[in-house]
Amino acid sequence: MKLITVAGPPSSGKTSVILKTIEALGQPAGSVGVVKFDSLTSFDHQRYDEEQIPNQTAFAGKICPDHFFVSNVEGAVEWGLKKGLSVLVTESAGLCNRCSPYVNGILSVCVIDNLSGINTPRKIGPMLKYADIVVVTKGDIVSQAEREVFAFNIREVNASATVLFVNGITGQGAVMLARHWQDAPEIQTLRDRKLRFTMPAAICSYCTGETRIGEIYQMGMVRRVEFDDV
Amino acid sequence: MKPIDYVAEVSSVPLGEILRRYPLVADYLANIRLNGVDETRTLPEVLEDIDEDMLEEFGLDREEVIYHLSAFLAAFSPVKSSVDEISSITILGGRDKVGRPEMVELTVTPGEVVSIVGPTGSGKSRLLEDIECLAQRDTPTARQILISGSVPDVNKRFTSGGKLVAQLSQNMNFVVDLTVQEFLEMHAKSRMISDSAPVVEKCFAVANALAGEKFTPGTKVTQLSGGQSRSLMIADTALLSSSPIILIDELENAGLDRREAIKLLIGNEKIVFISTHDPLLALRANKRIVIRNGGIAKVIETTAEEEQTLRKIEAIDSILLDIRNQIRGGGFVTKDSVPEFQER
Repeated sequence: MKLITVAGPPSSGKTSVILKTIEALGQPAGSVGVVKFDSLTSFDHQRYDEEQIPNQTAFAGKICPDHFFVSNVEGAVEWGLKKGLSVLVTESAGLCNRCSPYVNGILSVCVIDNLSGINTPRKIGPMLKYADIVVVTKGDIVSQAEREVFAFNIREVNASATVLFVNGITGQGAVMLARHWQDAPEIQTLRDRKLRFTMPAAICSYCTGETRIGEIYQMGMVRRVEFDDV
Repeated sequence: MKPIDYVAEVSSVPLGEILRRYPLVADYLANIRLNGVDETRTLPEVLEDIDEDMLEEFGLDREEVIYHLSAFLAAFSPVKSSVDEISSITILGGRDKVGRPEMVELTVTPGEVVSIVGPTGSGKSRLLEDIECLAQRDTPTARQILISGSVPDVNKRFTSGGKLVAQLSQNMNFVVDLTVQEFLEMHAKSRMISDSAPVVEKCFAVANALAGEKFTPGTKVTQLSGGQSRSLMIADTALLSSSPIILIDELENAGLDRREAIKLLIGNEKIVFISTHDPLLALRANKRIVIRNGGIAKVIETTAEEEQTLRKIEAIDSILLDIRNQIRGGGFVTKDSVPEFQER
């Protein structure tokens, strides 16, 4: 089974890109599946169900979405293998711009949206920097120049990634992304593989349910800003 | 140049000099929050004083910064890519929606304009898409696109990042909050043009010449009218975009001199495809592809008679334009606004 990890900010068009790329792959129905990692709610399973794509949704709830992803992705792979899938896609939202749910040797795709601001590629961080392929969506409604500058800003952060423009509505560009998916390596398990980047660190009192504000309530990994003296 | 070729330079030359040689390094440093450091020192010296934790947030350690910057320089080293120079594009027919083969082989060279005509939903956009992704009999139409007479290599096809093809459609807008001047400068910077002032100035002048109503370099791009936006997009695509092929999805008449726009693109040796319903645009092309039922039904070369007739159609168009201006200016439309037509 091939594993593809897809990450990107909320509403950047991950699900649409995945749906169009699965269509472009042209594999037998039911042989490509999706595991969606989300925080609180998700409506994407309806869209996968409509296309009869085997799918599972996992909610992180109060757990850091990244930590939740890495502790469940192995299970996701086992599910995919038991289902007899030929391709499994994991979809997760990078919620703190620090997430990078990519694994060494596994094709990583970052989806970002051309409407999100010209400097967004410079702010997303590891999720963009460690991706093999950066997919830009919503490029059909901005000017050619903005598309070019956006792609340039992506290359400034991740010079080695392949940048592809995919239209999530018409599917334009999905053929090229599908071609990259076809070349992804076959895997049997993820055990002992390594993440490309460390997860965000956070073991503080708020992680364990503290809600009060004030220094005396804070324990563990806490970092304070040094504001300018006035 | 490979990343390794830059390592020695990056390690030993003071940052100020590096920045002078490669202005783009300013962006690189800003992206990892290293802007505002002492530029008289070398990067390794600067890094000595930087908190490792801060670098770790970007997934780097001190040594990796050196290599990462070298890779950055290698990626942006000014090698002229072969993408810019193509001698032709060829469309080899596939099949239409019912599987009937398209008996077509059409080669288009720089400076040529081809229009794509056909009813709404007939497959005009699909043809533009096939060109954009350099289809190799692997799209629903099974068409094949050749570049300079041969099959484009896989790498060019899948990694060119859309650089071969620029697109322009009625749905496109400016979304960035910049003035026209800043916008053009930003685009020029991304094309690594070191002295951008002349090309920015030219681009602005050309855009203004195309636009029905004039605008200033200080106008926000988001505040331009439809015609002004289109004019700026065309001037920018012609003069600042590296893409040799331009796909246009309809160009409306309002506030834009389309004849000059097409001339400008041709003059800059672009290969232009225009999907259109408009006779003025369709007939101005050298050839037109007729799409029916998802397939290329035929390719028509614009005849001499059509070229002559085009002048008449232009005359009719300019009459309508005058009437529009009369109404816009608060005037009356009179019988004399429209010349007598011959009996048909």
